[in-house]
Amino acid sequence: MEEKLANMASEPAPFVMRLRGAWRGLVKDLRRDYLLYLMLLPTLVWFIVFLYMPMGGLQLAFKQYSAWKGIDGSPWVGFAHFVSLFQSDQFLRAIGNTLIISGYSILLAFPVPILLALMINEVQSQGYRKAVQTIVYLPHFISVVIVAGIVVAFLSPTTGVINNVLEIFGFDRVYFLTRPEWFRSIFIGSGIWKEAGFDSIVFLAAIMSINPALYESAQVDGASRWQMMTRITLPCIVPTIAVLLVIRLGRVLEVGFEYIILLYQPSTFQTADVISTYIYRQGLQGARYDLATAAGVFNAVVALVLVLIANRLSRRITRTGVF
Amino acid sequence: MLATPFFTRSDRIFGRVNAILLAVFAILAIYPVIYVLSVSMSSGEAVTAGRVFLLPVNLDFSAYSRVFEDKLFWTSYANTFFYTVFGTVASLFFIIPSAYALSKHRLRGRRLIGFFIAFTMWFQAGMIPFYLNISNLGLIDSRWGIVIAFACNAFNIILMRNYFESISQSFEEAARMDGANDLQILWKVYIPLSKPAIATVTLLCVIARWNGYFWSMVLLRHEDKIPLQVYLKKMIVEVNLSEEFSGAVMAHSYSVETIVGAIIVMSIIPVLLVYPVVQKYFTKGVMLGGVKE
Repeated sequence: MEEKLANMASEPAPFVMRLRGAWRGLVKDLRRDYLLYLMLLPTLVWFIVFLYMPMGGLQLAFKQYSAWKGIDGSPWVGFAHFVSLFQSDQFLRAIGNTLIISGYSILLAFPVPILLALMINEVQSQGYRKAVQTIVYLPHFISVVIVAGIVVAFLSPTTGVINNVLEIFGFDRVYFLTRPEWFRSIFIGSGIWKEAGFDSIVFLAAIMSINPALYESAQVDGASRWQMMTRITLPCIVPTIAVLLVIRLGRVLEVGFEYIILLYQPSTFQTADVISTYIYRQGLQGARYDLATAAGVFNAVVALVLVLIANRLSRRITRTGVF
Repeated sequence: MLATPFFTRSDRIFGRVNAILLAVFAILAIYPVIYVLSVSMSSGEAVTAGRVFLLPVNLDFSAYSRVFEDKLFWTSYANTFFYTVFGTVASLFFIIPSAYALSKHRLRGRRLIGFFIAFTMWFQAGMIPFYLNISNLGLIDSRWGIVIAFACNAFNIILMRNYFESISQSFEEAARMDGANDLQILWKVYIPLSKPAIATVTLLCVIARWNGYFWSMVLLRHEDKIPLQVYLKKMIVEVNLSEEFSGAVMAHSYSVETIVGAIIVMSIIPVLLVYPVVQKYFTKGVMLGGVKE
């Protein structure tokens, strides 16, 4: 009992000393590592100025923006912009289009690089393999502006090669880029053309890390190459596929809007207009900053939640899924 | 892949079908580029008549001379070089030192600062607040605004940091014995050891600068500042749809299509020139980025 009391009485002293010790340790570390902090400084300032300062502008989503009062002086309007967004057919259409385009591209574009990786892996000749890889990776490095230019040239109603071929086979010429029913196919198709090859790299890397002993023993058992591909290679990269699919699902709201705004036009808005192109038109083209910011906030919050869920899931997969 | 290729008949058929299908994929990948190249070198009349499918018809370079006459083409080409060179240098200036600092486990607040940077990969204010911020900073229609405002991003810093972390501590300890400080260690030890990662980040920056158009289009007001991609967009998307331009070229041996083709080819050539190097490092880069986080 007396001992305990004595301990309690003496406790403040060590605590203060520990605090002082920690403080001294901190000062000592800061002094020792001042160069490291100096190296970080420009980047931290950059992040604050260009990525964190704009976050103050998010309040616009809840304000009636007036140019002469500025962001801070504009009056609050609560959730009015969100209400009008969800009453606007255009915005609801944009949400729908975003999900449809993303959905189709996951369904159609996601499997292509996997297939490509499996096929490239089966090539025996190193030279042929290199050549194929060099060619299919190339479109990734071509800018979206040029891709859009190529698409326009290809599909031109008067001189495009597609229409020339259609005409040879006795079909009518189609002005594809003005037809809403064609927009998604054009967007997803050219997207596959641009990225499928490059996206196969990740899967090829996964294939490369498969233990060769698996193939050797399968060969001893008399497995055919087809069997080895479907029973060894494919199952071994399933964890990679699962992780990438989950990440892709988490980014379902991200569609290549920089590419869409090059290809779409008013006549195709009904199938082509997505959330980000809607924000671009309302905000940057129409100067409706408050409404567009509200749409952006909605988009960013939903996207953040989806990405966090996806991260959780993919972590679970990598923990339990690999071998 | 296999140590002893011991193939049955069906295996050989499988291999051949596979090779043929891959050839089809490769042709599909390269054909659009060849088509545009051929269009750019054909006569406008042959293109308009729909006679170009694979190779140039009536070889004709007038579209190129027409493009070379355009002063704006050269201005935008020079601007792209400006943005690419200075933008990449700025990126490396931000990325390398901060990635080095973050790779040091002894750094106080390392986790907090790391989170501060990585958080922007998951959440950003978005297009409009970003634009208004740039506008408040007075960087609208500013060349240096374009260079600085897009110089940094979390992904590249993390990629670089991961690589620095994989370098053995013993190098640093040895340098410290010789009395080197962090700046000297970074410059004399880490940078020489990190050439593959630096090359990857450099190429990521160069390609992003060379190909990017959106913010240049939004932020730059004067034509004499626009990069090549914005010029291309004007020519391809806008000119192609305007009737007057096609009327103006009627009297020449080029057409709208051959001019657009020539511009596209001129802008792809630098990409093709560096592509072999790029390809080597990009395949590595994809792996580096995937190592952690």
